[in-house]
Amino acid sequence: MDKLEEIQDSGRRGFLKTAAIATAITATCGSLACSCSSKKAAAPEKIKLLSPDGEIVEIDSTYLNHHETMAVLSQHEQRIGIPGKKFVMVVDLSRCKNARKCVTACQKHHYRPEETEWLTVKLMKDSDKAAPYWFPKQCFHCDNPPCVKVCPVDATFKRDDGLVLIDNERCIGCKFCMAACPYSTRVFNWDEPDMPFDIKSLAYNAETGVPAKVGTVEKCDFCPDRTREGLLPPCVEACPNGVFYFGDENEDTVTNGDETVSFSQLIKDRAAYRFMEDLGTKPRVYYLPPKDRQFPVERGYENLSDKLKDRFKDVMENNSK
Amino acid sequence: MELNKYQQEIFDLQRPVIEKFGKRTWGWTFFFLLWILVGGYALYLQIAEGHTVTGMRDNVVWGLYIANFIFFIGISYAGAVISGILHILKVEWRKPIIRIAEMITVISTIIGPIYILLCVGRLDRLHHLFLYPRLQSPITWDVFAIATYFTGSVIFLYLALIKDFAIYRDALLHIPKWKQKMYKVLAIGYRGTPSQKRHIKISTNLMAIMIVPLAIIVHSVLSWIFGMTLRPGWHSTIFGPYFVLAAIYSGTGVLIMAMWVYRKMYKLDSLLTDKHFVYLGYIMMALGAGYGYFTFSEYLTDWFSSERWNSEVIEKLFNPAKYGWWFLFANVAGIILPIFIVAFPKTRKPNWIALASFFMVIALWVKRYLIIVPTLETPLLPMQDTRMEYVKYSATWVEWALTFAGIASFFLFFTLFSKFIPIIPVSEFEDKENRNAPVGEPKMETKLVQA
Repeated sequence: MDKLEEIQDSGRRGFLKTAAIATAITATCGSLACSCSSKKAAAPEKIKLLSPDGEIVEIDSTYLNHHETMAVLSQHEQRIGIPGKKFVMVVDLSRCKNARKCVTACQKHHYRPEETEWLTVKLMKDSDKAAPYWFPKQCFHCDNPPCVKVCPVDATFKRDDGLVLIDNERCIGCKFCMAACPYSTRVFNWDEPDMPFDIKSLAYNAETGVPAKVGTVEKCDFCPDRTREGLLPPCVEACPNGVFYFGDENEDTVTNGDETVSFSQLIKDRAAYRFMEDLGTKPRVYYLPPKDRQFPVERGYENLSDKLKDRFKDVMENNSK
Repeated sequence: MELNKYQQEIFDLQRPVIEKFGKRTWGWTFFFLLWILVGGYALYLQIAEGHTVTGMRDNVVWGLYIANFIFFIGISYAGAVISGILHILKVEWRKPIIRIAEMITVISTIIGPIYILLCVGRLDRLHHLFLYPRLQSPITWDVFAIATYFTGSVIFLYLALIKDFAIYRDALLHIPKWKQKMYKVLAIGYRGTPSQKRHIKISTNLMAIMIVPLAIIVHSVLSWIFGMTLRPGWHSTIFGPYFVLAAIYSGTGVLIMAMWVYRKMYKLDSLLTDKHFVYLGYIMMALGAGYGYFTFSEYLTDWFSSERWNSEVIEKLFNPAKYGWWFLFANVAGIILPIFIVAFPKTRKPNWIALASFFMVIALWVKRYLIIVPTLETPLLPMQDTRMEYVKYSATWVEWALTFAGIASFFLFFTLFSKFIPIIPVSEFEDKENRNAPVGEPKMETKLVQA
């Protein structure tokens, strides 16, 4: 019910009515609430909405106000996590063609510039003779996180729902977590981050990682703000090939948006592995080996800009020899 | 306070140092201040514009600063371990050099931690270290260890100074009023009564015993910042003792250099004798051999087992196109050179030993750099980054300016301290009759008799 404060109060009776509607908005059509937000038309427009009782009600659009998708959570709630959940991700390497839609969706969602990649796609080649494959990598949200162990001020923490998040209002920017993370997941704000003004003035929320602050560390957060609304992280939604399966280990289900499958069955059938298991970090991200690939690896290379091509040039050239 | 003849001799030798602040001293002071000013400007830039003005980036998150941090905490071992151990072993010839050694300790323990602060992105939040401390973080261990160590070494230095302050309080010196007042306050009413003497003696002994394990803890904890991570070249079980040994070693080198400079500058040849250089040279040689053994053991195991990531770091260190020459320099000048210079009687002379120390200290700084940067340039995942500054670290002028500012403040502190406290402790020789010159120094005796 935190969102109540964002609803315009027009008298006591009106307030109660709007409250019920607001709940409906959150529960059923969050995106609609967003689209019909902020601008208040001169002539009041009637909008049909579903009430909690299952009735269709028609209300004046002026009753609606801009609705932030990020919930107002207390510091404590941000550190505890979503009760009963245990988030997990499965990445199907056989489907990735480096379309990079996940990367841009992530950057857009977190208002990050083009060079800052919380989620990156690497071109891996495990040994000389092995075939290269595209390897999307976000934070692994390890169950034995080396970054959390070394943080001197508890700015990065492990939540009950499995996520490793950062409180960038606590972070002193010592970068020890960056040195400790063996997967180079974390990025640092070396200078004042460039963000829209209205975003910059928001209160920081560890669940969104927004707004970024100079001199602090940030990283992929598995977008629990979206999960709270029953939505999938932007990278999962944006992927045209359904590479990412996101879900809850407790429920034993993961979904890539198109299909919902049993998590344990998926990792069993497809021989899933965790990246660098031998480090003992116990990642929460599983990879399905790039077997029976849907795309040749070149597909992810040819359409790239020259700048991006440069990144993978060495591996590609070695491969074609 | 009554001085015996031998003490009077030492006192008179140092009299001009304390009384006059000559043109040359002013010149040096301004020179050092200039460097510090440049460093101050660099620091201002770094705070105002963010760490983007440094060469550090997401892969190489630490650079020169951390190397300087290890370096300065390392040389602080001069006083803590050298002077502490020599005190415990009741080595007579330590007396003229303990003050220099302990001053190195205190000064470098002030400067060292500044460098770790320079790596911190949000200096405005430093109090979080005390508001939300987490005990499992090696940085928290460091905060407590260094704070304790610093307090310990200040007490150790001060305990030995009380008697000297009392001597300077009672002596008729041509010094300004405020300086006399300072001596009076700092001497805290020491009159040399038997009970006062006993108290100082007991406290000094206790501090000497405490400072040695404290120092060992500090550098071990420091090495664990690296040892506790899952990084090739860092994740090593011998890092604790390896760092401790390297620290004592470099501390000895700096002590020898400081002795050499003071001897030249203030003509203290009769007090800082050739014997002191030779004895410290022997200590340096033994430590160098130990350090060499650790180095060999560390790199041999990494190279021989040739685990993938370790091999990548080793390749960078051995390849002349990468860090090969620096690695070679670090080992030749840092291990072989000092051992040979002290081993041959021909070069076992103060000038040669000081020169070897000079190169050794630089080599050990390079070694610290080689521990930090190549490892950070070798992440476990391919970088695949087109931004050159993210792939390869190169320090910017800001980092160099602050490095030199640190060295300049080291010298400045030394210059100013030596104008206020006697570099050769006068009080240490109160039991000495002039016929009992320091051990192994017959020249001194004859000189004094003639005087």
